[in-house]
Amino acid sequence: MEEILQLLTEDARLTAAQIAERVGRSTAEVQEIIVKLEKDKVIRRYKTVVDWERVGVEHVFGFIEVRCAPQRGVGFDAVAERIMEFPEVHSLYLMSGAYDFLVVVQGKTMRDIAYFVAEKLAPLDHVVGTATHFVLKPYKVDGDIMVDRAEVKRLPVTP
Amino acid sequence: MPDAISLGIGEPDFVTPWRVREAGIYSLERGHTHYTPNRGIRPLLEELARYLERRFGVSYDPENELMITVGGSEAIDVALRAVLEPGDGVLIPQPCFVSYLPCAILAGGRAISVYTAVEHEFQAQVEDLTRACDEGARVLLISYPSNPTGAIMPRAGMEALIRFAEERDLLVISDEVYAELTYDGQHASAAAVAGGRERTILVGGFSKAWAMTGWRLGFAAGPAEIISAMVKVHSYAVMCSPTTAQEAAVEALRGCDDDVAQMRREYNQRRRVIVNRLNAMGLSCFEPKGAFYAFPSIAKTGLTCEEFAQRLLEEEKVAVVPGTAFGECGEGFVRCSYATSMPLIEEAMARMASFVARVAG
Repeated sequence: MEEILQLLTEDARLTAAQIAERVGRSTAEVQEIIVKLEKDKVIRRYKTVVDWERVGVEHVFGFIEVRCAPQRGVGFDAVAERIMEFPEVHSLYLMSGAYDFLVVVQGKTMRDIAYFVAEKLAPLDHVVGTATHFVLKPYKVDGDIMVDRAEVKRLPVTP
Repeated sequence: MPDAISLGIGEPDFVTPWRVREAGIYSLERGHTHYTPNRGIRPLLEELARYLERRFGVSYDPENELMITVGGSEAIDVALRAVLEPGDGVLIPQPCFVSYLPCAILAGGRAISVYTAVEHEFQAQVEDLTRACDEGARVLLISYPSNPTGAIMPRAGMEALIRFAEERDLLVISDEVYAELTYDGQHASAAAVAGGRERTILVGGFSKAWAMTGWRLGFAAGPAEIISAMVKVHSYAVMCSPTTAQEAAVEALRGCDDDVAQMRREYNQRRRVIVNRLNAMGLSCFEPKGAFYAFPSIAKTGLTCEEFAQRLLEEEKVAVVPGTAFGECGEGFVRCSYATSMPLIEEAMARMASFVARVAG
């Protein structure tokens, strides 16, 4: 099962038949496992890794540190729920260390992000401070290296 | 040849894991550019001893029972040169890696070929060895998992080989460079079975499992007096193994079990695909349980393996290696390496299938 999941995380378009051949099981068996994984929400959805810059679509990412005063009874979760519903919020993590939340925000321009922080994030109840860092250049995102490198060549025939 | 797909490559398509490359860079940065002790650097020898204990289940003293060589190839060469007297016989089950016979002859020995057959999954049979073995035989040179067949030697078979070596008082040189690429059960080392350790020179290397072919780094493990003789030959021939590679290899042994497991998993997936497709196109292929080669029979086509390889390359632009490159008994077979990306394997199999359909009609 783990191997099937790993194959799908590398290439979500693999068919059940292709996976079956690689892991040495029947297609029906693999199909059944995948359906179950989808039903159990182990597989949440399938998506595509896009390098938007190559089609000229610019995105700006801001990493925002948020310090907040947790609410009695509900802790950080209530604040997190307020933050994560904003569509601009790409990722949200509760952190150990000098601040509480790391909010990754996606916008078209720096101004979008500045606006979001100033108008939406900072004024939230219980948020006591923010620090915004803009991404200058992504090198590796979610395990994928985003810069081109020369292909490694081998001799055509070796013993 | 543009657009040609090579299944003829006997090395990993993976690049050496980054943590190993990074350790090599660090070694150079610190200016470690001098000779090392002939035998190898102490941290690597110690790490190797721990590794052999962990993965092969056999313990060696890093002080005098291990040495680092320039690839597994050099270990084979110096082992033969260190132990053979002129005219000594070397039993070599075939098909086998291309260097064994020439190395035995260059060391003044006499190569005694022992054919293995697909009916026995290319595992050397004691009765065949017994038939071929003469009074002057001194060494049994084996390699499992095997290049070119992908055969492995299960523990019981290995025990039988070692018992045979004991009876004939043969020294065993066991090239286990593909040990980490075993897909069915646990690798059985010649040194790990009863009676094996004291008469075996265990040869291994970093090329295959750690994808380090270009670093040229291997090792030998064995009884102290033999290793010390081998170190002498090694010191006259090459002085020591590359310093950068040795320091990088410490990291390979220390921190790369996950990288090796990941590569093994991918090879295994490709193995299933290639064997499946070869059988589906009518080239019957026994299940290779180690290394990264499939060794299908091409009998169905009626071609010799040379003709098959030549025509397949010309007509469909797929390169495979004729079985006879690995010994006469390789006739009727070709070696297909699956150390190539899955899309290329799938494309190569499609081309090969149309070739076979055309030829075999």
